[in-house]
Amino acid sequence: MAKISEKQVGHVAKLARLGLTRDEVKKFSGQLSAVFEYIEVLEEVDTSDVVETSQVTGLENVKEKDEVVKWEVSGKELSGEDLLESSGLPVESKQILVKAAVKKS
Amino acid sequence: MSDLNKLTIKEVADGLRSKKFSSEDVMKDCLARIDERNGDLNAFVTVDSDGALEGARLADKRLAAGEDDGVLMGVPMALKDLFNTAGVRTTCCSPGLKEFVPPYNATVVDRLSDAGAVMVGKTNMDEFACGASCEYGCFGAAKNPHDLTKVAGGSSGGSVVAVADDMSIFALGTDTGGSIRQPSSFCGTYGLKVTYGRVSRSGVTAFASSWDTIGPIGKSVEDISYVLQAIAGQDRRDMTTPPVKVPDYTGFLGKGVKGMKIGLPKEYFGEGVEKETRDVVMEAVGRLEKAGAEVVEVSLPMTKYAVAVYYVCAPAELSANMERYDGIRYGSLPSKDGEDLVDHYFKQRGEGFGDEVKRRIMIGTYVLSAGYMDAYYKHAMKVRTLIIKDFNKAFEKVDVLVGPVSPFPAFGIGDKAEDPVAMYTADSLTIPASCAGVPSLACPAGVSADGLPIGLQIIAPQFEEGRCLQVGEMV
Repeated sequence: MAKISEKQVGHVAKLARLGLTRDEVKKFSGQLSAVFEYIEVLEEVDTSDVVETSQVTGLENVKEKDEVVKWEVSGKELSGEDLLESSGLPVESKQILVKAAVKKS
Repeated sequence: MSDLNKLTIKEVADGLRSKKFSSEDVMKDCLARIDERNGDLNAFVTVDSDGALEGARLADKRLAAGEDDGVLMGVPMALKDLFNTAGVRTTCCSPGLKEFVPPYNATVVDRLSDAGAVMVGKTNMDEFACGASCEYGCFGAAKNPHDLTKVAGGSSGGSVVAVADDMSIFALGTDTGGSIRQPSSFCGTYGLKVTYGRVSRSGVTAFASSWDTIGPIGKSVEDISYVLQAIAGQDRRDMTTPPVKVPDYTGFLGKGVKGMKIGLPKEYFGEGVEKETRDVVMEAVGRLEKAGAEVVEVSLPMTKYAVAVYYVCAPAELSANMERYDGIRYGSLPSKDGEDLVDHYFKQRGEGFGDEVKRRIMIGTYVLSAGYMDAYYKHAMKVRTLIIKDFNKAFEKVDVLVGPVSPFPAFGIGDKAEDPVAMYTADSLTIPASCAGVPSLACPAGVSADGLPIGLQIIAPQFEEGRCLQVGEMV
């Protein structure tokens, strides 16, 4: 039996908000099963007294003053309008118009 | 003069100052080479000819007026297509980002521009830097200039091919698990993976944020040192760049290796590594020994777990980073409207990502999901600690570590594309240094019987890039 069943692929794809075709679900079930079989090698390692590494150079809680700093592109200050425009979506009253999150009743 | 595209940074810089040729001449030769070869090699996905020529003319004008930004002034560069370039599309070779034009430059792009370098164009890559062959991008595979049936290596394949085939003088890539070093080894260029945090990641599309590094690809160790000098150092827009002093990297050149202690990790020469690769690398090690280095065998026993650690941790970070590609914050709209917001996400993300990114998002989502987080993700992060301890222990005894970059030379296009595990294990010798965040320089060591380049890597302790350069020059 596949380590990652097609049903599991469907479930994980749903969690990750990925729309998959039937063929993709089938293909990924086989491929992900092979990957997870490979990853099993880590079970050999005893890590009972080991601390996790999430940052390799030892930095912790880097802080700096909260102040407005100019951001220039080719000598021109980047404006909020430039950033809004770069979204490619319609802009209205200095806000980006996005799709409705709930169905219209 | 012709073939100016074949010159190194140093040679271009000297020629510009002795007025043998102009930056525009160099740029024209690079663009002509791209015209001639890009159809076959697919190294560039965007060529900004107008911008490149304009930039070169400006450099010529300023040099003539006595303004000199230094050695990179007027030198053509190629940028992997995940560095934000204001006004020039930046696609990450993802179907969902084909139209994305960033409003600002990545810090590294600004730093190189301030140093006078001029961009030729943006280069091919595996989608979002996920791949080891440069076959997984939406613009098709980049080809190896030494054999068009072989992969360029990845993910920074386009940048490496651009340099190897003289389409650009130097290039910039990113290396998360081997993405600069492995293609460099496959195509015969120098490529440096820096210490994590040595170069700012601001404005560079994230793949795995605790692993991603940015580094130069060039035709000589000297060229690598010039580019590194321009891009290294703290940046307030990337809080993971520590306040570690940036040394004068060219100061490490010409020092030789006399008295240096070089460690050969026995795991890097063992099972799975082709004999020919081993032999070519050992021959190069012999040259270092002859130059006065002391060579000793060391052991990094956790090496065999590195790929598994990486393929738990990196996809986990990727899956989180990819959340922003929802067709609203980033990414194009789906071809058909969704029925509601969730359906919109399914449609947009189903269309917007290629297979390998989908696979990795699912691996990441799985290992971070409730019930599996401790068994997979946290456990892998602990094994990462043990891999780091391996390196720390080795560096108590030796100055640098040397081994092959890849267990084999470039493989055939299509050979591993549908077999993720085979593709993942192709990075088995580059991923360990990524786990530890230490620098590693890939250098051409020799060629296979089939004429394919074989590279070796020089790994040094964190922030000791200079040592990699010092040894690399003597390979």
